[in-house]
Parts: sequence; structure tokens; C-alpha cells
Amino acid sequence: MSTKEAKTEAPKTAPAETKKLTGAEMVIKALIEQGVEVIFGYPGGAVLPIYDEIFKNQDKIKHVLVRQEGGALHAAEGYARSTGKVGCALVTSGPGATNAVTGLTDALLDSIPVVCITGQVPTFLIGTDAFQEADTTGITRPCTKHNYLVKDADDIAETVHEAFHVARSGRPGPVVIDIPKDVQFAKGEYHEAKKLEQQFYQPKTQPDMAAIEAAVELMASAKQPVFYTGGGVINAGPEASKLLRELVKETGFPITSTLMGLGAYPAANKEWLGMLGMHGTFEANWAMHDCDVMINIGARFDDRVTGRTDKFSPNSTKVHVDIDASSINKNIHVDIPIVADATEALRAMLDVWKKRKYKADEAALKKWWDQIEKWRAKNCLAYKSDSKIIKPQYALERLRYFTEKDARDTYITTEVGQHQMWAAQFLGFNEPNRWMTSGGLGTMGYGLPAAIGAQMAHPDALVVDVAGEASILMNIQEMSTAVQYRTPVKIFILNNQWMGMVRQWQELLHGERYSESYTESLPDFVKLAEAYGGIGLRAETPDELDGVIEEMLKTDRVTIVDICVDQKENCFPMIPSGKAHNEMILSPDADQFDKSLV
Amino acid sequence: MNQAKRKNKKSKSVYAPGPDQGALESHTLAIIVKNEPGVLARVIGLFTGRGYNIDSLTVAETDHEEGMSRITIVSSGTPEVIEQIKESLRQLVPVKRVRDLTTFGPHIERELALIKVASTGERRIESLRLADVFRARPVDSTLESFVFELTGTTEKVDAFIDLMKPLGLVDVSRTGVAAISRGATTHDEITD
Repeated sequence: MSTKEAKTEAPKTAPAETKKLTGAEMVIKALIEQGVEVIFGYPGGAVLPIYDEIFKNQDKIKHVLVRQEGGALHAAEGYARSTGKVGCALVTSGPGATNAVTGLTDALLDSIPVVCITGQVPTFLIGTDAFQEADTTGITRPCTKHNYLVKDADDIAETVHEAFHVARSGRPGPVVIDIPKDVQFAKGEYHEAKKLEQQFYQPKTQPDMAAIEAAVELMASAKQPVFYTGGGVINAGPEASKLLRELVKETGFPITSTLMGLGAYPAANKEWLGMLGMHGTFEANWAMHDCDVMINIGARFDDRVTGRTDKFSPNSTKVHVDIDASSINKNIHVDIPIVADATEALRAMLDVWKKRKYKADEAALKKWWDQIEKWRAKNCLAYKSDSKIIKPQYALERLRYFTEKDARDTYITTEVGQHQMWAAQFLGFNEPNRWMTSGGLGTMGYGLPAAIGAQMAHPDALVVDVAGEASILMNIQEMSTAVQYRTPVKIFILNNQWMGMVRQWQELLHGERYSESYTESLPDFVKLAEAYGGIGLRAETPDELDGVIEEMLKTDRVTIVDICVDQKENCFPMIPSGKAHNEMILSPDADQFDKSLV
Repeated sequence: MNQAKRKNKKSKSVYAPGPDQGALESHTLAIIVKNEPGVLARVIGLFTGRGYNIDSLTVAETDHEEGMSRITIVSSGTPEVIEQIKESLRQLVPVKRVRDLTTFGPHIERELALIKVASTGERRIESLRLADVFRARPVDSTLESFVFELTGTTEKVDAFIDLMKPLGLVDVSRTGVAAISRGATTHDEITD
């Protein structure tokens, strides 16, 4: 190891003499220069030279061995989402790369900065159907922001630096670097990042001031305004959340957020309307429908948010701040488009608001808030409590109660389905970067590896994966990873033995024909946890719930908590397909609701 | 693309009905890209992945020193879709500039076609006569065939091919549209 150190130190002491490094050495050197501390991966034939360098640089870069490459990508996403840094993954050629595809697509749809290095068969074997060969750049082209096939060792350092730059600038996203094995062995010249950065692509981040001024003027004259914010505010960094809070305070406008944007504005504040969209709150969706001015910051009018587009917020003038110009006017026509970073746009809006001494129309705003309070009074998240069966909503309310009491910082990840929507509705988020969920792609199996990634970045924090019994089985093998690295994630399974959201839709849309949505032969999750070397707990009645949650929070080991919840519970409110924001199903009572709405 | 399908979808779908399709417009886009491996696949993949139309496509390196290529695509869609196409193209890392020649106004579009006509006697003479009218040059000839080289707008090439059909047309190779704006400027300073 000492000879290796001498090698990498050499250029610093004697810059004139540029010593050539192997491709694999340069990969690791570039990763270290980019500030990578943790890399999630799985070795294989075509990346062995890089793994060799990881072995030699264990003191500088920590490798986390996942149990399937898909887990590596989700873990990198969890790491990135909880820190704001670029997540990093390393997988082998062929099946390693194809297993990574779901995670890459997930990161693309949720705009998560991830760099994934894939091994490739040697250049002279490319195109020969070699062992473990796959056209990685071809396969990943539509599911990455950008990708590279490096064919010359001299290009490695520059490519890695550019990949990180591309992943984190503009609208963040996943980037793949495919490196053939012979290029990993070949020697080349290392280039430092600093000299290169200006040459890379530079997306626009500064807002057009005329548009900002028009937007702020519109806000000042608004009678029924609403802020609609999204993941872009989280991606822009903590400063954006701070500015958003200030802007809401200055204006006194109500605010709602997409699934991806939860935490940018505190759920505890009175201006907070809750999440909007298909399973959003009554007040948030009605406010969106009836508003006269909508200020969208960093959200993309997703179909799960808008419902029926031709009936979406029919009477509002819309402002849309987005760093991605192609998101503007894609789904919904907006009146004032602003292509900018959310931080810069919010800062500019606040400046103009203050400088021009604008005041919100108090009288109109009071009337608007009175209306919103009436919607709020519907108490749309109410559910029938039960003394014998655990309601999933109740389980989450208790989880929230205990985590809020806990002194540690809490990070929540989820899988996908009913439990995800309930978690979004019932766990309040007060800080950005504390909520990690697969929003755009809806990837079951995301939560556990993402939790491991988040826990890696925040070893002292409390990380809980709110899961369903079906989703958790999709990446259950990562239990082994969590135990190996002592990342004490807590897996909180709302177990109803059904793919709950599938069952809910079959009940509402497919004549209660429950095709393949019931899981027989589920594992005993308590024993499963123990088999992996973790702790398993179970709650079957509401009386047992508090004790189990307290026990879960006490232990410093990987824990699966199996909460046996009501099998029939559905997730409400719900905007049925093809309906508008003002056509929600509210009643949690299955007998009562109007099926003609569906 | 898929317009008929979309309209037929009745409300069983879990998605809202798609937006009504407006009138389609044809636009000629000049896309200046970094000439790196896979760049064409990336641009084409964007069109197929998002369901945009490609009516014509030409590509070649135009600046060898800078390593830049020019892709000319003729695409059709509603004005909103055309805007989306341009903005989506601009998000691609190797895309340096996207110019919409149709919105810029005056521009020239040309296609090159090689047209093989096999016939004898009067039909052979007639094909040569018509070629002269269209200023198509015979670039290969045998006693029973001609290969004509023709440059012009898409409409002109179409018209010539139609005329050759009864005169023994056997094969056509055409380049697709290459286009450039009129006048001294490249319009790069104008954002459309």
C-alpha cells in the first residue's frame, strides 16, 4: 500500500513529471477528487481492476457491498437525496448493468444525481456477444441524463469529472460511465477537475428578472393564491427551503406540495395544506382548483397531481419556475414561465417583493383562508378507528408521535403503494431531505436500500423504511447489507397481505375481481429478520403497537417490525382516474362512497 | 403518432383522456451537436421515446476541427409539441444549438436524389427529355438505363419521381432535407 501512496502523491510534489496511472487508478483518484466518500456496488469480472483499487484505497473511500445491483442504485439515491451530494454506484458489465437499469430510471424520473460506473468487456470484444456483454450505453441511453463509453484511458479522468458535473447541474439526474476492462488496465494521463469545468455544459440557472417582476406583481394582486411546490425545491438545496419559508411568511399564502417536495415547507405551519394530487388532501386539491394565482416552484404538473388536465385549475393565472425548460408547458399551459434554479428564483422573488414593498391583499386573503378552513373542516384524512384491528393510519400516527419525541433526526423512506401514500399523509415533514420515496417511477423495493444509503450518510440518525409486505420482498436481500454494515435501519411493515393499492383499484375499477393481488405464503417477518441477524417484532392488536414502536426505537440493530393491519383499508381521499381536483372520493367507508364517480 | 388509438380509448383507462390534437405543422430543425459516439442515437431516441414524428433526417459532420455535426430533422406536430421537441433537444448534453428554420422565416431546403430509370426506345428518350426540364443530370447510363442526379425541394423531387414511374423507374435513393437560413446571419443570437 505504501508504494501506491507514493505513486498518487508524486504529481503533487513534482508536477512537472506527470506520471501515468492505470485507468482503474484514475477512476478512484477522480472519485476521491469529486468528494465521493461512499460507493455502493457489486463486483464482477469486468470491474475487477477498479475493485483492486478500492481495496488499496479503503481508507479514503468506503465501499458498501449490496446484494443485488438494483440495491446499489437505490442506496446511492437514498444517499444523494438525504445529503444533496451525488450518489455513486459501481457495477459490473452485462447483468450488473441491466440490474442497475431500474434504479437509473428511478433516479431520472425523480431527478436524483447519481453516477454509476459500469464495467464493460474489453474493447476488442465489444460487439462479439462476449461473456457478460451487454450494450450498456445503448440500454441506458433513454434512462440516464447522459452516458459515456470510455475507450481511451486518457479520457477517464475528464469523463468522471464531467459525469459528476452533469449529474448535479441543471436538473439533476443519473449518469452512466461504461469502462471496458482493457481501458481500466491501460495507462493514461490524469486531469484535475478544476481546469475542465468551464468546458462542460452550463445550464441556465439565473431567472429572467422581467418574468420574476411580473410574477411578483401578480402575487401582490392575487385574491386566491396558492403555492404549489415540488422536488425542485429540495434539489436546489436547503437554502431554497429557507427562502420558500420566508416567502410564504411574507405573503401569507397557502402552500401545498407534491410527494417529492414534502419537507421543503414545514407540515407544522398553519399555511401548510398537506400534499396535493391523487391522494392529496381535500383542502390542497380544492385550493388548487379554485385559486386565481398558482405559483409552481420546482414541480412538473405530473398526471398524478393534475388529474384531468382540461379541468385542471381552470380559473388561475399560472407561474411556473423550473430549471428544466422542457418541463414548461409540457402538460399544462402556464402564463409566466421562469427557467431558473429554485433558489435563485425564490431569492429574486423575495427581493422584488420587499424592495417594492408589496403587501398581500389582506381582505381577499382572509376570505380565501376562511374558505380553506371550511375545506379543512372536512377532516379528509379521518378514518374509522378500531380497538381490535390496527388501522394503518393509526400505526403511522403512533410512529409519528414516537419519532417526534425521539431526539434523533428522523429520515423516512418508503416502498410504493398504499403505505407510501399514508406515510405522505400522516407523517409530518418539517425539514427538506428527510423524505425519500420513489415518486415518478413508483419502484417497489426502493425503500430498504434507500434507507441503507441514508443511514450510511447519517450514521446517528433514525432511519425508518415505511414498507408494505409486498414491496419489501422485492429487495429483501438488502437486509443482509444492512446487517453487515451495522446500518440500523428500521423497517416498518404495514402488513395487510395484499398489494394494497392494486387491491384498492381492483375494488374500485375492476368489479372487485382481485386478480393476483393477494400474497399467500408470506414469510414470517420476525423469523426472517432473525435469520438475517436483525431483530423482528410484531404487533397484532392496537394495544401492542406502542410497545413495539418503542422497542424498535430503542434497539441499535436492524429491525423489521411486522404490523398486522386492517386488510380492507383503502387510501383516501382519492381523485379517481380522469377526474378533476374537485371530484374527490372522500368517504373511507367502502359501503358509502359513490361508485359512479369511478 | 397514435392519434387514432388515443381517440378510441374510452374511459376504462386509469388515465384521463388525452388532449385534443390540434392542426399539425411541419418544422425544419437544424440541430448542432458535438460529434461524439451515440449522439445520433440519443437524438433519435428522444423522438421515438416521446412519440414525436420524424419526416426527414440528414446528418453529417460540418466542422471537423471543432468536432461538430449538423442534424437536420423535418418533424410534424402541434405547435405545443414542436416547442416540446425543441426544448427537450436542448436538454441533451451534446446538443449545442437548436434552430427552428421554419419559425426563423426565409430559409432554403434542398434534397439530393439519385433516380434509376430502366427503359428503352421512346420511353428512354422521354425520361431524358423530362430530366432536362427538371435539370436532373444523367450521372450513369447504359443502353437500357439512366441514373439521374437531381437536387431541389422535396416537392420537386417528388414530382420528378412521379413522372419517372411510367417511364421505367426502378430505384430511388434520396438524402432527406438539408436546410439553411437565408441571409448573412445564422440566427444563433435569436432565441425562439
